[in-house]
Order: sequence, then structure tokens, then C-alpha cells
Amino acid sequence: MAEHGQRSVPHAQADEFDDVELVHPKSFLGKYVWSQDAKVIAIQYGVTAIAIGVVAVVLSILMRLQLGFPNTFTLIDPSSYLQYVTMHGMIMVVYVLTALFLGGFGNYLIPLMCGARDMAFPYLNMLSFWFYLAAVIILMASFFVPGGATGAGWTLYPPQAISPGTPGVDGGIVLMFVSLCVFIAGFTMGGLNYVVTVLQARTRGMTLMRLPLTVWGIFMATVLALLAFPALLVASLMMLCDLLLGTSYFLPEMLNLGEPSSHAGGTPLLYQHLFWFFGHPEVYIVALPAFGIVSDILATHARKNIFGYRMMVWAIILIGVLSFAVWAHHMFISGMNPYFGFLFATTTLIIAVPTAIKVYNWVLTLWRGNIRLTVPMLFAIGFIFTFVNGGLSGLFLGNVTVDVPLAGTYFVVGHFHMVMAVAPVLVLFGAIYHWYPKITGRLLDDTLGKIHFWVTFLGAYAIFYPMHFMGFAGVPRRYYGFGLTTYIPDSIQTLNAFMSVAAIIVALAQLVFFYNLVRSYFRGREAGPNPWHATTLEWQTEHTPPRHGNFGAELPVVYRWAYDYGVPGIKDDFIPQNLPPDQVEKSEPLAQMSRGRLSL
Amino acid sequence: MAIAVAVILLAMGSVLFFFLSPWYLTPLASNWGTIDDTILITLWVTGAVFLAVNLFLGYVIIRYRFNRRRRARFDPENKSLELWLTGLTTLGIAGLLAPGLLVWASFVSPPKDAHEVEVVGQQWHWSFRFPGEDGRLGPVNNRLIDEHNPFGLADDLAGQDDILVTTPHLVLPVDRPVKMVLRSKDVLHNVKVANFRAKMDMVPGQTSSFWFTPTVPGEYEIVCAQLCGIAHFAMRGRIEVVEQEDFDAWLKAQDTYAELAQLAPGDPAAGEEHYNNCVACHGPEGQGNQALNAPKLAGLDPWYIGRQLWLFRSGARGSDENDRFGPLMRPFATMLPDRQAIADVAAHIASLPDRAVQVSLAGGDPERGAQRFRTCANCHGQQGQGIRATNGPRLAGMSDWYLERQLQNFRQGVRGRHREDPYGNQMVEMAQVLVDDRAVSDVVAYIMTLPQPGAEVASTSPGGREE
Amino acid sequence: MTVTLMLLAVMMVLFGGWLFSHSLNVRPWLAQTADVEGGQLPPAVTAPRVGLAVFLAVVTSLFALTVGAYLMRQEMGHDWQPLAVPGLLWWNSACLVLGSVALQFAWQAARRDDGPLLRGGLLVAGGFTIAFILGQGLAWWQLQAAGFYLAANPANAFFFLLTALHALHLLGGLFAWSRSVFRLWRGATPRSLLASVELCACYWHFLLLVWGILFALLLNS
Repeated sequence: MAEHGQRSVPHAQADEFDDVELVHPKSFLGKYVWSQDAKVIAIQYGVTAIAIGVVAVVLSILMRLQLGFPNTFTLIDPSSYLQYVTMHGMIMVVYVLTALFLGGFGNYLIPLMCGARDMAFPYLNMLSFWFYLAAVIILMASFFVPGGATGAGWTLYPPQAISPGTPGVDGGIVLMFVSLCVFIAGFTMGGLNYVVTVLQARTRGMTLMRLPLTVWGIFMATVLALLAFPALLVASLMMLCDLLLGTSYFLPEMLNLGEPSSHAGGTPLLYQHLFWFFGHPEVYIVALPAFGIVSDILATHARKNIFGYRMMVWAIILIGVLSFAVWAHHMFISGMNPYFGFLFATTTLIIAVPTAIKVYNWVLTLWRGNIRLTVPMLFAIGFIFTFVNGGLSGLFLGNVTVDVPLAGTYFVVGHFHMVMAVAPVLVLFGAIYHWYPKITGRLLDDTLGKIHFWVTFLGAYAIFYPMHFMGFAGVPRRYYGFGLTTYIPDSIQTLNAFMSVAAIIVALAQLVFFYNLVRSYFRGREAGPNPWHATTLEWQTEHTPPRHGNFGAELPVVYRWAYDYGVPGIKDDFIPQNLPPDQVEKSEPLAQMSRGRLSL
Repeated sequence: MAIAVAVILLAMGSVLFFFLSPWYLTPLASNWGTIDDTILITLWVTGAVFLAVNLFLGYVIIRYRFNRRRRARFDPENKSLELWLTGLTTLGIAGLLAPGLLVWASFVSPPKDAHEVEVVGQQWHWSFRFPGEDGRLGPVNNRLIDEHNPFGLADDLAGQDDILVTTPHLVLPVDRPVKMVLRSKDVLHNVKVANFRAKMDMVPGQTSSFWFTPTVPGEYEIVCAQLCGIAHFAMRGRIEVVEQEDFDAWLKAQDTYAELAQLAPGDPAAGEEHYNNCVACHGPEGQGNQALNAPKLAGLDPWYIGRQLWLFRSGARGSDENDRFGPLMRPFATMLPDRQAIADVAAHIASLPDRAVQVSLAGGDPERGAQRFRTCANCHGQQGQGIRATNGPRLAGMSDWYLERQLQNFRQGVRGRHREDPYGNQMVEMAQVLVDDRAVSDVVAYIMTLPQPGAEVASTSPGGREE
Repeated sequence: MTVTLMLLAVMMVLFGGWLFSHSLNVRPWLAQTADVEGGQLPPAVTAPRVGLAVFLAVVTSLFALTVGAYLMRQEMGHDWQPLAVPGLLWWNSACLVLGSVALQFAWQAARRDDGPLLRGGLLVAGGFTIAFILGQGLAWWQLQAAGFYLAANPANAFFFLLTALHALHLLGGLFAWSRSVFRLWRGATPRSLLASVELCACYWHFLLLVWGILFALLLNS
């Protein structure tokens, strides 16, 4: 693809909109540690999230070892098993996926894609990362307090989260809630930045409807997160009061292993409502950025405009709004008023419509495209396949009646891992392969990338697809072992062993990825400014990697949407967003091959 | 190209896996065939969409693979196609939702003639309550729960004739709708029988309910489907579905609250007479005798002694063919004529002086054992003092050789596998945590370091925490 | 809870509608040949103003959810005993109103470049706000002394939680306020402080509104 030269892109004239005051520190510490540059903060977020993600992967392997080969490892007792379950879930959902998509990719891409010098409030942005780091450290510290980390399940339901009989009630659970509060405070600082930057700091010509879908996805996810995280904050504070100050927000008259507790009158379901009021939007906080990023990867690597851009934007908005009206589908069998089931099943299945539209539009973007099977594209296709699977299994759990036998079984585990773990993680990998050349100036190795993709994609499917069948068979989740259970066939044990082996292989394959990251940083092929021939602004920067301030002396002006691929009658098969219409080179009439509609 | 092949093969393989795999819903044993129908409808619809989307995806990847001489078609929107797809999806979704809501409507409205059973969850078992002759369940409050009032029944006439079943073993009549009224003593629980399909969480501080009609006589396993602490996986019960007359007979044999309250407490004096049969092996003061394989009895709570005697007597313990010493106890247990005699002898044992025991085993590492013991502590107490509520007997101050043998018995399923021994079942599950002989001797060594009778309780505990 | 949900739903729908309105009758795939004008918000909509608006939305969500939890707990539990609202709260409320009014004056002063009035307005506002927070602390102490312990009843617990959250937000505001005061004393011109004083004033008005709602809630339950 080197035969297309990088065109020089004219920038806008005097830039009266550039009102962000940038701090350009000289020292190493100021440049890379206490940096206020969104790109450096993005990398700090990314590295921290990946590091803690590795911890979470190790925890999942420990779980799989116990499930696949029960009673073999002295290290793993029921307490530690539950601790692994809890910490794996919480770390992955909040500290890895949320942080990586919003803190990592949000920070890197929003200013670049909007054509801004930096985030609206760089100092706050820096503070956001340090709060996040503190939250991570507090969370990790909970492994080392007496009693260890909490083992209440990532949902941290009362009363068991703060009652004896659950690991980590002494210190782990306190640190968990404190860490969540710090995380939320830090996230709010970052989130304000992302939203304000998208709303206020777009460059000239960048209308909302010209934003790349990546920005749309991250933007809407941030809005959701800003409004949903307070629910978790309130719930955390109230739980801490119940635990430390003896209030009874959530705890009713009850016993603690036979001894009467001093609490009275509280209602555990209140916590569940608050938690899922956060928890369901959280699913979309992770999913929407993935939707956005995958759209851009598909369009770029299929050399085709995104199909139905407006529908995609509307779907993102609609999913965002609706995601606040579906939370109780996590509680169909929680003992809440069963009549809520009618309402929440309906809203839940309604949200499937915009989600389905997104899937159709991805596939239709590939349709009649010119698909380059690059590594990011492979991951994007892997995402579509996985997401279709996970989305469809969601129709089981969202439909209240079907949920009754399946709730609390491995069907749920299979479903949410497909839709919320494997699918977004495939996008994350795709995104890293896609943007690594911009971040470092070098391409990641293709062969290693393909090995990484195939093992991860097929391996993850081998882990999580069979779980649905365990769910049909009624195998309950969060079980340390299935010992004397009679209705569970012994063949499930074979299946579990198989899944564990697959999990270990997938985990090992990530070493290839890390090796690739490090090796390519030093020895990778030089990428040039725009290796994928993409249209969006981050590929049009003067320097690669972009310097502090992102663009040269002047900010780019945007003349078109982000998806001018394969426009008929044009020499190249893409037109950067900031290329003025009068500078677009027309193709020779003879060479014109496209049959598409004329747009200019 | 490989990716297109992979997508197509995976899509078809996934569907094939559904048809070929041995794992599917457990055989239905209730009226909720309609739930299975909704699952089936969802399977067909989603399966069709899954295949259609992915096969099309695979086709597209092959058909529109990169070609240097070709351009993608510039195709921003196609209103009619998008409208069609949206419309079809909406129809499909409505087709899934409508039957779901219809079935839910019947799920939330139990039939008028359903009989009520209250299920009480606690860490880590269930108990059951039937309304008595008045057909009403008496009012309850968790505050009132104590040893003599395990259900927390209020002082109300309606509760006096309630029938209490404290073992996690429920009998239900076939073909009669039953409404399960659920509550919890401590944390969240669930009562799930896979074959019945219906289930619901049990929440402390409120009641919840669901209903079903058992349709197939037989025995079904209850498991917990809501995380409830470390023994969540070992929480088991069973429901036996029988003909109406068998059910009536079973119900009649259970105690009412009033009857339980009237049971005379164990009489140590009367028990002494029965205890004479035990002296030869267990010693006059219940101190045990290792040479005769007779464990120490003094210091054990009456409820535990009573339960074990009952198990020996009924053959639920000591009847395994690999059990070397348990069978020796059985004839002595059967010499006790009735429940009262068992209570008396247990009361007598409780009155025996509790003396410290000597360490008789070497080789265990108490420090490693302390790590293992944190699992045990949840039911047996941080000091191994035993907790009535969790049915965990006292461990501290008992003979180490006996503890080790029993742990091995549990691990190997020699003890505790009998279906009438629910707490033994749990112990079998928990004993699997001790993965080898060394782990067993470590944990026993640690138990021997726990404070024994006569010693100061708090100050000598090395790793334990005050309860 | 329904009220809370309706409020949040209205917020989301308004925002979603605003986004949606930008996309109607737009054909994003058409490149613009003429000089580009669109795309940005009017110059008056500065980043700090948008930032404050977004932050107020977050705070609204926080308090709305806490109030929702308050109402749900009151409805679902059976042990709710109304709190004897201390009379002191009326005085505190008056302090907060005066603080808000003083900041409004400071805002006007900054706009008119009136140094002394700005200085006075800021100081009075800060004083009344600190008085409010101390007064809230005193009310806590009075309640404790009267036996309304935190753990004794959910009504007490919620009172402490809500007032603590509200006071924390005011403390955050006081941090911003102190920065403005500091800059003023270091010789900044009143006009250069306009942006931050304006944000402070809006934030104070908002927290006054929140307090009004919380107070009404405490009085009526």
C-alpha cells in the first residue's frame, strides 16, 4: 500500500478557535508522568488498564483450573475461588474495559478525531488518570489485607457482601467500595473532558454528523457513564455506612451465621436496583465505544463508506437513552414485584432493534466493499460474529419467561462473556493494531498479529460457546465444584476440562501480542503518517506520532464526513476529511470504474 | 479467506453442536412446558438469524475480497432496505416477546387452589413450613429466631399448628399446584430445581414466591442459584414428588410448632442409664479411647450427638461398605428406643466434664493448616467451637486421630454420602478442599492448636479471630 | 423513585432529542463546497460553561438517585420514623440563600468591572456558605444529642447522608471560590475573574435549589 504517497493537507487559516492553553513541560517527568497531553494520558490509562487486565486474566485462569481440574490445587479453596470470581469480574468490567475504552481510546482519539489541540480541561484530565491509578492500587491492596479481597461476586449484593460467610468482609469489601468511589470521582473528571471536548472543541466544519462513529460511540458511552456511575457511588456509600456505621439502608432483620445482627428494616433489593441502574448502562458503556471503533475499522479496511451512517448514529443515541430503562431485567427472579417483568422484558427486547440495525449495517458496509483482510479487519469480523452470537443469546435472558430457568446458570456466564468480554476485547485488539502505527509510528507485525487473532478468536469461542449448553443443562454459576450434584451429567466435567485448556491457550496467546507490542516498537516497519489510507483527522497530522497540540500551526478544517471511501470519479479511493473539495483529484474518465452514485 | 471459511464453518458448527451435543434441558417434571416452548421458539428464531447473518457475512467476505482493480461501491444509505430490515426485526422481536409475556402472565398468577409451602433459606440449607389445619402460615420475624424457634414464629395462634420441616428434604404431592413462599434468615438464596424450570430468589426482610405443579413423581435436587457465601456450591436439598396419600402420611409424621415446643428437653439423669452401654468404649467421662477407636464425646453439643445417633440408628451413617469403624457403632445406636432416649443420652454427654486432649499425631504443619481452616471456620467457627446455625459441630478439643479419620472418610465418601444425611453431603463437598493427605494432617494439626476447654479462650489462639 | 426516573428520563430524552435534531435533513456524505461555517457551538458557549452544565447534570443524577433511594427505602421498609427536623435548618437555609444572593451580586460586579463590590460579594458569599456548613454540623450535633443516632433509624441515616453529600459539594464549590478570592487578592482585575465567578454563582444557585428540594423532602416525610 506504499504506492499511494501521503498528500500534503492544507490547514485552515488563522485559527481563532484555538483557546486551549497548552502546558509544554520540558522535563521527562513533566512530559511523560505529570503530563497534561491527552495522548500521554491515554497511554498511561492504557498501560495501567492492560497491566491490571493481566491480573484479571490470571485470576480467570485460576478459576478455570479449579473448574477444569477440581480438587487438584491446594491454593484454591472456596474462599479464594469466590475472590477470583469477584475480582476478575469487577476488574474486567470497570477497571479494564471502561478505563481502556474511555480513558485510553477516548483520550487518544477524541481530540485528534474532532480536530482539537487537546482536551478541554487538560489539568482535570491528568488528575483523572491519577485518581484512576489510585483506585487501581487500592483495589490491588485488597488482596493483601487480612481476609483478602472480597468474594461477594462482582455485583456485591448485600447482605452477603458484608456478612460473615463471605470472604473479605473484614477489609476487602471496604477497599473495594473505596476504590470504586475513587474511580468514579476520577472518571467524572475524565468524562467531563470527553463530553465537553466533543460538544465544544470540534474544529471548523466538523458538524456532529461528520464525526467518526468512534467519537459518537465514546461520546455517548461517556454520557451514560456520567449519569450512571452516581448510582454506584450512592450504593457504595450506603453500603459502607451499613458496614461501618451500623445503618440499615440495605440490611433487614437477619442473622449472621446464627447470631442476630443489629440491623433492621433495610431492603436488599434497593441495592440491586441502584446497582443495576448503573450496571446495565455499564454494559453499553463498554459496548458503544466498541460499536463505534469497529464501524471505523470496517469502513477503513473495506475501503467503503459506512452503510447507513445516520441510522448508526440514531441507533447509538437510542441505545443510550433506552439503556436506562432496562436495568431490572437483571432482577427478574430477584424477588422484586413480578409485574415489573412485563415492563422490563418489553423495553429490553425493544433495545434489541437498534442493536440489530447496527449489526446489519456493519455487514452491509462490507457488502460491495473491497475488503482488505488486514489484522484489524480480522478482529472486526471476529467481533461481528461474536457479537451476533452474544446479542442473540441476550434475547433469551431479556425475555422474562425464558430467563427464569436460565438465570443464575452458565448460560448467563456464556452470554455476557460473548457480548461484553470477548466482543469488546476483540475490538480493543483490532483498535490497537489499527492505531498502533499512529501512536508509535511503526506497524505491528502482521504474522504475529494473525497468530494472535486466530488463537484468541477461536479459543474464546471454544471457551464460551459451550457454556450456553451447560446453562441449558441447569449448571449453576459461581460454584466451586459440582461434586454430589446428581442432575448434572458427568460429561459436563469433560467439557469443563476442555474449556479450561482452551482458556490457558488463549491466555498464552496474549504473550504473542505483548511480544509483538514490544518488538514492533523498536523494530516494526515504519508506518508513515497514514498507512491504512484512512480519512479521519488523526491520520492527517503533520507528525507521526502527533506532537503535543496534535496538529501543526493551524487546526484542520473539515469539509466532509469521515467515510469518503471509494467515491466515484475520484483518483484515490479515499478523501481525507480535511481536503477541500477543489483540491480533490479527479480520476481519468477512462479509468473510472465505479458504478456508484455521484456525490460531488 | 480463511476468516470467511471460519465464519461459515463456525456458524454451521454452532448449530450442529446444538443438535449433536448431549447437553440440553433436564427432563421436564412440572407444568412449565410453556417455558420450554418459549425457549424453543427463541432457539428457532435466533438460530435462523444467527445462520442468516453469518452465512451472508461469510459470502460477503469472499465475494468482495480485495481487488486492486476494483472500487467499493459508494453507497451511503438505502432507506427502503433499512426500513425493511428494521420492520422485519421488530416483527421477529414481537414474535419472541408475545409468547414470553403470555407465559409470564400465568407465572405471576398462582391458581386459587394452590397449596402453600414456605421455604426458608439460611446459610447453607433450606427448611420448610406447611400451614396447619387452619390453612394459614403464622406470622414470623427473623428477630425471634433462636434454638427453640428456628423459624422465628411469632406468638400467634395461627403459627401453633404450622408444620415445621427442619431438614432440607421436602415432599410434595403430584399434580397439585403448589405456591412456594420464600424468605431468608440471613443472605440472599435461591431455590432451584432444574426439572421444575421455575425458581426465585429468597430475600431476607421480605417474602417472594413462585408456583408450579409437579407432574412426575420422583426425587429432585434443589440447588442454590444465588451466591450466598463460601458454601454456596454445597447447598443442597431435595424434593420428593409422591402420590397424594403418601404425601398426607408424610405430612402427618412431621411435627407442628406446638408439638416441638412440648418435647421434653433431654434429661441427663435418664440419659445416664442409656450411657452405661457407651462406657465400655467411650469411657465413663466420654473421654474416648483410641485403642478401641472410640472418639471423645465430652464437649460435643447435644444437637450434634443427637443427630449422629439418629443417623447411626437409621443406617445413614456407618453403613458404607468401606467404613471400618462406623458399623461398630450402629448396634449401640439402635439400642436407643426413641427420640427421647437419644435426647437424654445427648444431654448426659453434655454434662460430662470436658478435659483437654493430647496431640497424638505428628507431621502436620499448623501454619499451613491455618490457611486450609479458613474454609472450615465458616461453619465450625473461627475457634472451631462449632456453630449450631450452620450445623457445624465443635472441632476444637476433640481427638486428632478421630478428626483425621473422619476427614479422610468424608473425602473418600465413606461418611456423609447417604441421602438421608444432608449435612454429611455438604461435608463431603467441603472435604474435597483438602486435596491430599498432607492437607488433612495440616488442618488437624491446626485444630489442635485452637483453644481447648480449661485454657483461656482468646489469648492462646494463634491465628484465629474472636467470634 | 418514579419521580427520579422521570427526571432522568426527561434529561436523557432532551439530550438525545437535541443530538437527533442535528441529524435531520443532514446528508453527511455530501461534501461542502462553500466555506464551512457549521459544526460548532456559538462562541458564548465556552468550554467551562459546557463543563459546568455537564457537571450539574452529573450532580443532578447523584442527588436524584439518592432521593430515589430515600423514597424507596421509606416505602419498602416498615420502620421509618420521621425525623424531628431541627429549627436550626431554617437559619442554615437562610444563610445559603444569602450566600447565593451575594454571589449573584459578585457576578454582576465582575461584569461591570466593579472591584470593591466583587470583593465584598465574594467574601459575604463565602462567609454565609461557611456558616451554612458549620450550621449543618451543628444540626448534626443537635440531632445526635437528641438521640437521633445515625444507626437508629433510616430517616436519620438518610438525613446524615443527604446533608453530607450536599455539604461536600459545597466544599468543592468553596475550593473554586477560594481560588477566585486568591486571584483577586493577587491583583487580578474583576473582569478577568468574570468566568470563574459566573461559574461559582451558577453552581451556588444550583446547590441552593438542591438544598431546597432536600429540605422540602425532609420536612414532608
